[in-house]
Amino acid sequence: MVGNAVFRVEGLRKSFGRNEVLGGISLELHSGEVTVLMGANGAGKSTLVKIISGVYECGGGTMTLADQDFAPNTPAEAIRAGVVTVHQNIIDGVVADLDVATNLTLDRLSGKGVPTLFNPARVRREAKAVADRMGLAIDLKARVNDLSLADRQMVAIARALAHQPKVLILDEPTSSLSSAEADRLFALVDRLREQGVAILYISHRMSDIRRLADRIVSMRDGIISGVFDTKPLDYEGAVNAMLGRKIHLDQIVARSSAKPVLTVEGLRFGHGARPISLTLGDGEVVAITGLVGVGKTAFAETLFGVRKPLAGTMTMNGKPYAPRSAGDAIAAGVFLVAKDRATSGIVGGFNIERNVSLPFLKRMSNLGVLKRRLERATARRQIEELSIVCRSEKDEMSALSGGNQQKVMVARWMAQNAALFILDEPFQGVDISARRDIAAKLRASANGRATLLFVTELDEALETADRILVMSEHTIVGEHRNAEVDLDRLLAEVAGGPLHSAA
Amino acid sequence: MTLRDYAIRYGFIVLLFGLVAYFAIAADGFVSPQSAVFIFQSVAITGVLALGVTATLVVGGFDLSIGSVATSAMMAAAYVMVVLEQNAVVAVVVCLLIGAIVGLINGWLIVYMRVPDLLATLGMMFLLVGLQRIPTEGRSIATGMTMPDGSVANGKFGDAFLALGRHRFDFFIPNLIPVSVVVLLVLAVLIWFFLEYTRFGRMMYAVGSNERAAELAGAPVKAYKIWAYVISGVFASIGGILLAARLGRGDIASGNNLLLDAVAAALIGYAVLGAAKPNAFGTAVGALFVGILLQGLTMMNAPYYTQDFVKGVVLVVALVFTFALSGRGRG
Repeated sequence: MVGNAVFRVEGLRKSFGRNEVLGGISLELHSGEVTVLMGANGAGKSTLVKIISGVYECGGGTMTLADQDFAPNTPAEAIRAGVVTVHQNIIDGVVADLDVATNLTLDRLSGKGVPTLFNPARVRREAKAVADRMGLAIDLKARVNDLSLADRQMVAIARALAHQPKVLILDEPTSSLSSAEADRLFALVDRLREQGVAILYISHRMSDIRRLADRIVSMRDGIISGVFDTKPLDYEGAVNAMLGRKIHLDQIVARSSAKPVLTVEGLRFGHGARPISLTLGDGEVVAITGLVGVGKTAFAETLFGVRKPLAGTMTMNGKPYAPRSAGDAIAAGVFLVAKDRATSGIVGGFNIERNVSLPFLKRMSNLGVLKRRLERATARRQIEELSIVCRSEKDEMSALSGGNQQKVMVARWMAQNAALFILDEPFQGVDISARRDIAAKLRASANGRATLLFVTELDEALETADRILVMSEHTIVGEHRNAEVDLDRLLAEVAGGPLHSAA
Repeated sequence: MTLRDYAIRYGFIVLLFGLVAYFAIAADGFVSPQSAVFIFQSVAITGVLALGVTATLVVGGFDLSIGSVATSAMMAAAYVMVVLEQNAVVAVVVCLLIGAIVGLINGWLIVYMRVPDLLATLGMMFLLVGLQRIPTEGRSIATGMTMPDGSVANGKFGDAFLALGRHRFDFFIPNLIPVSVVVLLVLAVLIWFFLEYTRFGRMMYAVGSNERAAELAGAPVKAYKIWAYVISGVFASIGGILLAARLGRGDIASGNNLLLDAVAAALIGYAVLGAAKPNAFGTAVGALFVGILLQGLTMMNAPYYTQDFVKGVVLVVALVFTFALSGRGRG
């Protein structure tokens, strides 16, 4: 098959400023084949997709489509040439206020040679042709707004396919679909594969990947870290190539804990998921790892009271714990450094000092009036504690690097003593030295509380935790003491399947 | 700090002083206690409304209903005293209640019914403009008026109530400072202290800047938002009380400019001291700025119909200061 690649990428590079995001990517897509692209956040997948689809300019290397040079300057050019992308965000793919028929033919409504007057009958006729070709059974007169998420996704894909593409890129198409809805999507992908379309399928969901993949390409840190095309496909190998250890760091000394802090029993927060039971101990740092979308953030939010569990009970230091809001959780000593600091952590209008004091204003005020001196002293102490690089506690957050911003977020929640300290993806968008600082601080201060980290990257778990739990499909599927970790077993659990003896 | 930083920070204050200096030279009698008091008095009611709307701007919202809350309160005060023949205290309490209730409804529409703030308060504005005309079938309220059923309303504005609009306190010069100016200054200090020095004010800023972060920091975001609209409604109703006391009747045609003037003052406030965010001090200075400009121009015989144009120019310049120059208006 090597000879007849319909789409070929060679030595593709891309940098933003001094930051190299793609360091020479080579990739081949074949007609009638589904190539799955795997990679953790920040591996460069979206950048690659955006270059192929003409959103970004490429910084070096070549692309060929059916042995012709392919260098689109705009998304429209890429589509005309036959490379069509359905982006992760469905909203980009459909116009919610228009009906299905108009959406399916939207791209024929503008451009040269299109009649000025809108002819509803013609639009519906053309739309019907598109829908039939795909086996799409949706009322063409329905407004897209009134459709389910899955149907909207189908319309977005159908719209893309109205161009009769040679190459179709699907960027995490199932991330917001239920499993029944996903099945419909898979049937569609099968149909397209039979029609000879070359498909690049980007996903984190192992169940999707097992169902669809003909080949797997793993990406990591802007390069291709593994290509798997011999059947049966080596799923653990692919996960390993995407997440596995890069550099061998000093092993940490794993501690175990005698005194339980939080006990979770029969907790369920995903429909149809197996219940979770676990205990977190005093002085212990536990990392929960798993691919994106397996429910790590949902778990963190449940513990923090901003999401209601479907079932189960929690006990905190011997007392029942059932927080109904973030405020309840904080009062009980449960603190969360939320994922994605820009949207859920940093208050942009506030300087460092005010960002640090935010959750504890009540404890820092008297009859509602803030004790500003205490506030400043706390901020200064925390800047010192976490060695945050800044001119003073009055600096704006936007003046700080990503690593220092994250340190401020951690400093915020370490300003008071926690019973349970939860950090959801604390190392995302954080440079290596800030990451080590934060991890060291977490371990050094671990006594007197339980610490729980949610991380996708295995390295981060291995570097910081005493115990590593593996999450898959909204439940815990494995547990490892961070002493002699059986990496093969761990990766198999992350990949969500039984351990292959051959792997 | 670079020159640009200084320009952003002090530019508007310098402009204000420059304006005062210019009028002092160009307009006879501009520099006098009476003139200063007149300026304050002319902006007192809009200033009170502007301070209220500042609270909603702080939580990232907006309140377009303040003008109609003020006129509704004015009509209600007149109705309570003239038609129902109640005393001043009852009238004031009724007005404040109207403000609080409208604020609660606004907050409820925005927070729980998920109506966008501009639309919810726009709807409320229309509703109130209409509502205040129903009890008297569209007539203004004054002592001796004929009611729809043919009877004559014999109540009158209590002296205590009228004092709110007409009494002047001694301040070095006898009978200098009107009650409305004192109310403005007291409310300005109150809301400034509340926003800058209490944890509630701080949290309101956090809600306005990043709602999710505030929620994850344990703040009851919905309650804060609703409270902001209640503050705005109550302040607007205080403005309405002062308006009724000044006019001595329930005038159906007055208060048309209140909304735009108040919003302009609050938005001009963004530019004061380079704050680039809603703030009580800036709002007060913004209101004063407009007052000084209009008073000066009037004394220099500028025709009255140029006033709105001048206010518009000031507002646009202030917005450019805030958003373009400081580059911090985003988010």
